Amino acid sequence: MLRLVSFALFLVTWWIAALFVGGAKLPSPPAVLNVMIAEAASGALFLHLGATLARVTLAFVLAMSLGSAIGYLMGRNKLADRLGDPWLILLLNLPALVVIVLAYIWAGLTEAAAIAAIAINKLPTAVVTLREGTRALDRSLDEMATVFAMSRWRTFRHVVLPQLAPYVAAAARSGLSLVWKIVLVAELLGRPNGVGFEIGVAFQLFDTPRLLAYSLTFAAVVLVIETLLVQPFETRSTRWRPRAA
Amino acid sequence: MRLEVDILGKTFTSAAGGTHEVLAPVQFSLGAGEVGVLVGPSGCGKSTMLRIILGLDHDFRGDVKRPPDARIGMVFQEPRLLPWRSVEQNVRLAAPEVDDVKLSELFKILELEAHRSHYPGELSLGLARRVALARAFAVEPDLLVLDEPLASLDDALAGRLREEIATLVASRPVMTLLVTHSLDDAVRLGDRLFFLSPRPARILAEVPIGIPRGARGEAEIAAIKAGLVRRTQGERAGRDVS
Repeated sequence: MLRLVSFALFLVTWWIAALFVGGAKLPSPPAVLNVMIAEAASGALFLHLGATLARVTLAFVLAMSLGSAIGYLMGRNKLADRLGDPWLILLLNLPALVVIVLAYIWAGLTEAAAIAAIAINKLPTAVVTLREGTRALDRSLDEMATVFAMSRWRTFRHVVLPQLAPYVAAAARSGLSLVWKIVLVAELLGRPNGVGFEIGVAFQLFDTPRLLAYSLTFAAVVLVIETLLVQPFETRSTRWRPRAA
Repeated sequence: MRLEVDILGKTFTSAAGGTHEVLAPVQFSLGAGEVGVLVGPSGCGKSTMLRIILGLDHDFRGDVKRPPDARIGMVFQEPRLLPWRSVEQNVRLAAPEVDDVKLSELFKILELEAHRSHYPGELSLGLARRVALARAFAVEPDLLVLDEPLASLDDALAGRLREEIATLVASRPVMTLLVTHSLDDAVRLGDRLFFLSPRPARILAEVPIGIPRGARGEAEIAAIKAGLVRRTQGERAGRDVS
């Protein structure tokens, strides 16, 4: 209910602002909605959204699985930590734009280059979070598993993984928001489709309704995925914790 | 089947760089069906000794021989349950071979039936300790190690659990090592008592109890305890004179 009120308030503010500023700079909500409907009817909206979502999914899965594995290794192994740390700091602070441009120069304006560039941007945050999680693993439970001769897989599945789950959820949450932000830049710079490409076109034509139509649809998709996928996973991974009142 | 402990010493390097002697030479052995009890002041190195015996700490001088493939049941000082698994899952994960009948029986004895599907965070410390005991028993261990398992339980329950431990020890040829502060527990359960010195721990005295566990009545237990108290006081007095 509160969410709805908050959303309505946003629409009202937008509408009033549009009346003052004028339709060229800030079109009113119905104008944007019209563009959305037209784009959806022609199928272009779904095509571009689909292309963007596919890139997000691939880059996200790639970065999460690779990042979790590297983070776990660095948390467990001192040598790996020492070797990997300088690279991690470099990647963490390297601007996304540099990675994307270099990827396009070295690998061409290809799909693989775009996805790799997005994944590389997300990778270090996943590594850092999972390394922290691995360092925080409870040694006393490890000892318990050793004494009771639990197999490696059993220990990993029932002792280690549940301790890492909140960290995985945190990495997924922050990583997904990072991917949402970067994917459009990568599309703007070197892909012939996707929401980022469309926004680039709209920018060149100074077509504000079109720009807003794509941005807002994209934002809505992000919201839906966050509420339907990420939040339930977070709740599930912490369901054993006694609830805060 | 025999547990042979022959520790020559263990030094511990602190963060500041100093070295501390945690264990002095300690030597004893334990046969199947025997209950050895380690009694000593807190902080004397009992937990370190247990970690070495369990094979969790390899950084020591000396040798510990456990029978190969010996199944170990351990009750740690704190329960060490997996907070994200239910009571039943906690037991089953440690003892995958346990059958339903045996598990139900165990839960009944330890009065845990109502808590099977609860998570450890929802249990009191006393209940969590009982789950830890259930887990150690469910393994059907060859070597049972109990680190102050009856601390913080009320007398009635502690008494029942003590009988439970005694029954288990009698039913199978299990080597049992019990760490306790309570002379009462030591005398009621032990076959041989090892009195440890303050850090670095060494065995001050080894006291066998001749009367079999089943035949110990209240009178015998009181007599043994009185004898032990006299003995420790005598030792202390002797040290004061010298």
